[in-house]
Amino acid sequence: MTQSRQIAEPNGDAPAVETRSNGSLQAKFRKTQAAHEPPFVLDAEFDAAPGFNILFGASGAGKTTLLDCVAGIAAPDTGNISLAGRVLFNSAQAINLPMAQRRCGYVFQNLALFPHMTVEQNVSYGLAHLPNTDRHQRTHAILQAFRVPHLAQHSVREISGGESQRVAVARTLVTDPEVLLLDEPMAGLDSPTKSKIIDDLRQWNQAHRIPILYVTHSREEVFALGERVLVLDAGNIVADGTPHEVMTAPIHETVAQLIGFENIFDAVVDAVHPARGTMTCRVAGEGGVLMLETPLVRGGVGSALRVGIRAGDILLATAPPIGLSARNVIPGRIKSLEQRDVIVSARVKCRVEMEAHLTLAARDSLQLEPGKEVWLVIKTHSCHLMQK
Amino acid sequence: MAIDWQTLWLTLELAVTVSVILLIVGLPIAYWIAFSRWRWKFLVEALVALPIVIPPTVLGFYVLVALGPRSPLGRWWISLTGHTLAFTFSGLVIGSVLYSLPFAVQPFASSFAGVDRKLLAASATLGASPLRTFVRVIAPLSIPGLITGTALSFAHTMGEFGVVLMVGGNIPGITRTVSIDIYDRVQASDYSGANQTSLFLLILCFALLAIVYGFNRKAWMIHPVK
Repeated sequence: MTQSRQIAEPNGDAPAVETRSNGSLQAKFRKTQAAHEPPFVLDAEFDAAPGFNILFGASGAGKTTLLDCVAGIAAPDTGNISLAGRVLFNSAQAINLPMAQRRCGYVFQNLALFPHMTVEQNVSYGLAHLPNTDRHQRTHAILQAFRVPHLAQHSVREISGGESQRVAVARTLVTDPEVLLLDEPMAGLDSPTKSKIIDDLRQWNQAHRIPILYVTHSREEVFALGERVLVLDAGNIVADGTPHEVMTAPIHETVAQLIGFENIFDAVVDAVHPARGTMTCRVAGEGGVLMLETPLVRGGVGSALRVGIRAGDILLATAPPIGLSARNVIPGRIKSLEQRDVIVSARVKCRVEMEAHLTLAARDSLQLEPGKEVWLVIKTHSCHLMQK
Repeated sequence: MAIDWQTLWLTLELAVTVSVILLIVGLPIAYWIAFSRWRWKFLVEALVALPIVIPPTVLGFYVLVALGPRSPLGRWWISLTGHTLAFTFSGLVIGSVLYSLPFAVQPFASSFAGVDRKLLAASATLGASPLRTFVRVIAPLSIPGLITGTALSFAHTMGEFGVVLMVGGNIPGITRTVSIDIYDRVQASDYSGANQTSLFLLILCFALLAIVYGFNRKAWMIHPVK
C-alpha cells in the first residue's frame, strides 16, 4: 500500500526524490492551532538523523504539537512526514497513517502508564502479536536493560517517579519503534536519576540507532544530551545545529532568552580588531555610553546587534582590579542585593544596569551592600552576540 | 397471599434481561457518544436522553404502535413468528430497553470520556487497535461507570409502570409486573397487600442499590477514573 511510495516534495527546494532513508525522520509541515491560547501556527521542517535530537523551546512554543503530528495524534494541515523511507503523512496524496501503524514510540509527559496494570503488563502491552514465550522473554530483557526487572509484578501505582520513567521508556522501546518521541520525560526527576536513565537510553540506542526527538526546556539537558538541537519558538524552528553552534554567538534572541541571559543590551559595533579577533561595541544606557569588547562576528562597524551576558559570568571586585586577562572592567555601584536560594543577585548601576550573581560567601566576605562601589569584570567571550 | 411471587419473579426477570441487553447495546452507543467528533452528535445525545423527560405513556404509545401489525417492524415480526410483539414479554423488553437507555448510556459515556486521552494515545502508539484499546484500557478504567449504569437500568426497570402498562397490558405471568400489581391492589382497596408489596419492592431496590454503590465505591478506589 502507501508505505512503498516515495516521498513527494511539493516545493522544489528539496531534492525531488529522497531515497536516502537511513532511518531518519523527515518532516515538513504546517499545523494551525486555533484552539490554542494564543493561537499559533506550527511551521516545522527538519530531518532528524538517528541519535538524540533535542527540541528546545519555552512552553507553548509548539514542541508537543510537533511530536503529536509525528505520532499521528494530531494531523498537520499540509505537508509531509516520512520515517525511514515510509510515508506517515502526506497531505497532497491524502495519506495519514493511523497511529497504530506508524511505529512511533512516544513517551508522554505524564508517562501515561496504564494504572490498572502491573509493570509487566504495561511493558508487554505492545507485544500482543507475539507468542507468549517471546513476549515474556522480550519484556524481561527490556526490564533488565532498564534495571527494573524486580518491579515486574508491582502495580505501576506503587513505583517511584524514576522507576515509572524507566517503565514508560521500556514499554515504548520493547516494540522496536523506528523513532522515539520523548516529551519532557525527565521533568521532576533529580539529576542523578535523570542522567542514569539517559545513560541507559544512550546505551540502548547505540545498538538500535533510531532518531530520538527529545523535548525539553532545560538548558542543562540541551548541553548534556546534545548531538543536535532544534530551537522552537512560537511555532517556528529558529535555530538548528549542535548545542555549541546554537548556543553561541551570533544567535537568535529568543534562544538567548530561553537559555537564560539575564543581561541583554542593544549595541552598535564601534570598531573591529580582526588581529585580536575581537571588536568594540557601544552600548547606550541611561547613565552614558558603555564600551564592551566582544568576540568578532561578521558585520562591520556601525551594524546593530544585541549583546547577551549571563549574570553568572560577571565577576565583582571591590577595588579596581589589575593584571587581568578579562578585557572589560566596568566601574559601577550596587543598586540592590537579593538572595535567591544559595545565590545572591546583585543589580549594579554602571551607565547601564547589569545583573550579576555571586555566592552568599562572596557577598559576606566582600561586605557588599547597596551603594557600595564595585568593578564588574567580564571576559570578551562572555559577551554573546545576537542578531537583532 | 400478601406478595404475588409470580409477578415479582417476572419483574426481576425483566429487569435482569433489560440490564444485560443495555450493557451490550449501551457500550457501542456510549463509546460513540464519548469519542465521536461528528458535529451533529448533540442530536443523538438528546435523542438518547429523551426517555428521561417524556411521559412513559408517550414512549409506551409509540412503542406499541411500532410493535403492532401496522408497522413494518410489527409485520416483519408477525411474518417471522406468527404473532404480534405487543402484549408479550419480548415486547415489554423492547419498551423497557428504550425507556432505560439513558440510565445506562449516560454513566457509560461519561466514564469513557473521563479516561485520560493520553492513555488511549499510548495504547494506539503501542500498536493496539481501537477495539483492543477499548477492551484493555477504556473498559477496565470505566468499571465504576459500567456498574452504575447497569444498576440504574436495573432499578429503573424494576419500578417502571407506564411503559409496561401501555406495551404489556396486564397479563399475569407474562406482562404483569410488581408496580402494576400494586396499582391493581390499590384499585381493589387492598391497601394492606399494596403496602406489603410496596415495602418489599422498596427494601429490595434499596438493598440492591446499596450493595452496588458500596461495591462501586470500592471499585472507584481501585480504579480512579483520572
